[in-house]
Amino acid sequence: MIESLYAVLEKNALITAFLFVGVLVWFSYEISARLTRGQLHGSAIAITLGLVLAYFGGQVKGGTQGIADFSLLAGVGVMGGAMFRDFAIVATAFGADLSALRQAGVVGAISVVVGVVLSFTVGAIVAVSFGYTDPVSISTIGAGAATYIVGPVTGTALGADSGVIALSVAAGLTKSVLVMVGTPLIAPRIGLNNPHAALIYGGLMGTTSGVAGGLAATDPKLVPYGAMTATFYTGVGCLLAPSVLYLLVRAIF
Amino acid sequence: MVIYGVALLSFCMLVGVYIGDILGDLIGVQANVGGVGVAMLLLLYLSNLSSRKFSLGDLTKKGIGFWSAMYIPIVVAMAAKQNVVAAISSGWMAIVAGVAAVVVSFAMIPVLAKIGSGSQQDD
Repeated sequence: MIESLYAVLEKNALITAFLFVGVLVWFSYEISARLTRGQLHGSAIAITLGLVLAYFGGQVKGGTQGIADFSLLAGVGVMGGAMFRDFAIVATAFGADLSALRQAGVVGAISVVVGVVLSFTVGAIVAVSFGYTDPVSISTIGAGAATYIVGPVTGTALGADSGVIALSVAAGLTKSVLVMVGTPLIAPRIGLNNPHAALIYGGLMGTTSGVAGGLAATDPKLVPYGAMTATFYTGVGCLLAPSVLYLLVRAIF
Repeated sequence: MVIYGVALLSFCMLVGVYIGDILGDLIGVQANVGGVGVAMLLLLYLSNLSSRKFSLGDLTKKGIGFWSAMYIPIVVAMAAKQNVVAAISSGWMAIVAGVAAVVVSFAMIPVLAKIGSGSQQDD
């Protein structure tokens, strides 16, 4: 009996994921309403619970896909993968304020470049303070502080040690997890409550998953604005980190 | 029909991601540059075309609206498949670098927001 139930759930993995996430979201909104009287947004709780489950999955299974490494929940990996994520992000643009998005031009471009340079610099300083002295490692870790894609791309281009590349991925992952959890908490203090600020936020943070999760938990209406600028960040990072920024680091060390 | 909306959305995403890939190739980086952003602009453009050429029916809009509403559940699934263990267990340096980058970037938002909104009034 149980085995045939497992078989059904595994065979219909994506459908199982819909049910699983649905229950998880429902549970989170219940907690939000009953325990925090709506103070803590239901989606913020759901995302945090998702991350906790991902940690649990990683600990038990030792894989890289969080809870999706359980064969019963493999569908969560599909549902939460880049394909559906990007599809849903594009859909949120429907009904967005066109004039607010048009302003993305200059401010958005500035915030993306500032964001990449800032994160890279901070990451590089941390690397130096932890004792790294070669420009390649410093740049790779700095790039990882931009996003977990910029890190390995830069590291591979510069011929960094694989251990350093792994560290750069971990720095980027830490960033994206913290952006998801931290955004709703910090949003009122930094004025993140309008499309203009969301554009800048997306450009400065840059991590697509972090921005996607952070804005969902703060105010879903802001998603298209943040996502618009964030989508350029990784590309700009991959452009600047192994070239201009690396040369700057090399000039200093 | 609902499928028209879903198809329009798919068209926008595929075109956007394709352009993003080409852009990445052109500037010589191994990444998609702005693909999703282009897709969003394309969707906005097509859905705002004046009714002379074509307008979106209510059912078509529902096809897009459904995926827009699925955004949060999809993000929850995305959170549940993150490699959180790698982020936490890789040692202090990676964590400090990630946390510091976030803190400094958060701090910059009000600064840039002021500059941006100031220059808007000059326009």
